[in-house]
Amino acid sequence: MSADTLAPAAPVKIVLRGRKVVGGCAEGEAIVTRDTISGWGGINERDGTVIERRHELRGQSFKDKILVFPGAKGSSGWSAYFHMARLNGAAPRAMIFNKMTTKIALGAVVAHAPAMTELEQDPLTIIETGDWVKVDADNGVVEITKRQHGGSS
Amino acid sequence: MKLTDHEKSMLDGAQGRAKARAMDLLVRYGEALGAEHLVETNNVAGAFNASTPSVRELARKGFDAVYSELNLDSSEVVEVPRMVANTCQLVTGIDNEQWRVQGIPEDLAEQQKRGEEFFGSRGINMFATCTPYQVGNVPVKGEHCAWMESSAVVYCNSVLGARTNTEGKESTGAAALTGRIPYWGYHIPDNRYGTHPVDIAVDVDDIMDWGLLGYYLGEIIDDEIPVLTGRWHQPDLVKLKHFGAAAASSGGVEMYHLPGVTPEARSAEEAFGGNRVKATVRYGEAERRIAYENLNCATDRGVDFVMLGCPHNSIDQVWLIASLLDGRKINASTQLWVHTPRALREVADRNGYTRMITAAGGFVMSDTCPAISRHMPKGTRVVATDSAKQAHYLPAITGVSAWFGSVRDCVEAAITGRWSGGLP
Repeated sequence: MSADTLAPAAPVKIVLRGRKVVGGCAEGEAIVTRDTISGWGGINERDGTVIERRHELRGQSFKDKILVFPGAKGSSGWSAYFHMARLNGAAPRAMIFNKMTTKIALGAVVAHAPAMTELEQDPLTIIETGDWVKVDADNGVVEITKRQHGGSS
Repeated sequence: MKLTDHEKSMLDGAQGRAKARAMDLLVRYGEALGAEHLVETNNVAGAFNASTPSVRELARKGFDAVYSELNLDSSEVVEVPRMVANTCQLVTGIDNEQWRVQGIPEDLAEQQKRGEEFFGSRGINMFATCTPYQVGNVPVKGEHCAWMESSAVVYCNSVLGARTNTEGKESTGAAALTGRIPYWGYHIPDNRYGTHPVDIAVDVDDIMDWGLLGYYLGEIIDDEIPVLTGRWHQPDLVKLKHFGAAAASSGGVEMYHLPGVTPEARSAEEAFGGNRVKATVRYGEAERRIAYENLNCATDRGVDFVMLGCPHNSIDQVWLIASLLDGRKINASTQLWVHTPRALREVADRNGYTRMITAAGGFVMSDTCPAISRHMPKGTRVVATDSAKQAHYLPAITGVSAWFGSVRDCVEAAITGRWSGGLP
């Protein structure tokens, strides 16, 4: 709970440029993790929940969210699981990540979700869970509207 | 991405719809990676089977539909022609002979067999193992491959000196039909040099040692390239199979160098190839214990299920297990499954190893493993295994808790029903 007592101000907007991985434009609420994600053995493809033991997002779902994460790890089933998540309607709306690998490139392609990387600033330090994020991959632009903290008393 | 005339004609559909869809996927994938062009490959290892419940609905539309969606990312159903590249099937979810022991519904077992008939007739070799290098697909140094299966990829790059990225179900599906894969990552010689020196300050000798080392390094190094120096002893296929699988589970290691052993590192200097070397990773007693404790999430010493053979056992490992079980009986409340490629199962049958294991109450299985199939003996809560990879994934996938130890610890657990292993 924040002790912030300022009157509601205009929401803070941040614009970052980066490289398109998969084209398209989507917006939604961010879910952010500093842990890399496994596909096969790391997510439940039926509901988009992270299932890996000792993972920061364990039990949380990225379905319909903007998934912001360092990158992919683990099994080569990465793309197949994000592919099935899409077929099940459980894929993220868009993805932003730092480290390019074949797993994540293919996974983003088959998830049919706009995806970007190589942002001019580390998205993991700028974007927080709950922020509203618009990923305009075609134009290489990410627009972040910071979540309003506190002041609700 | 720059395409050759031949690649353009495939993309334009001049060579059929399947190749057009395959090229379309490869172009989207290559551009996502930032690859400049494709490279020819004649060695593909992928996942073409249809053995999971989620494929049931697609499979009703036929296997052209399965391949189109799951192996080409194409909602257009294309007629699947013969494969252009030499292609094999990796591990599947179902043992074709012992699916009842696994608890697989009959319709799924039938679906897999129909799928194999279809894919087999297109030239996909049904090795049905995570270790194609144990049963006849042994690429040579420098060969461009398109392989899935993280444990096979790291073996292919590091031990064999062939070149592959960790491909996926869709990219291998497209590569098999076109003989192409993006020229990126480990296909490029400059990306194959070591990044992290690893100073091994404890003896690394048996399979369990190599598993622990791999599991620790994966978590620290993620997907970079360790160069191992210090107190490791000469390994063999089995030890490196376990080491790579562990490092590719806790992290994303796709290549490593063992100076004097692996083909691109006659020396540590050659392994680094002039790379600016990152901070040395130390592996001593404390690090070994961290890996052990991270792998052993069980607290209950009662063991319901013992799983041996991830990655799939070599024939020598099957013989060791059979020898340890000879004349003994597995505990009534514990099950033992021993996994080996079907081609090696043939040898195990012929040698009488299978009989020794089944006489003790165990099962010898092929084509699958519990993590891939998500099937274990009914009611399993605690599993024991000699595989760091299986101990990493089974708790996440199925909710069981796991003990990790040596093959001897695991066989003892099968016989007594209790875990008495530990870190020597």
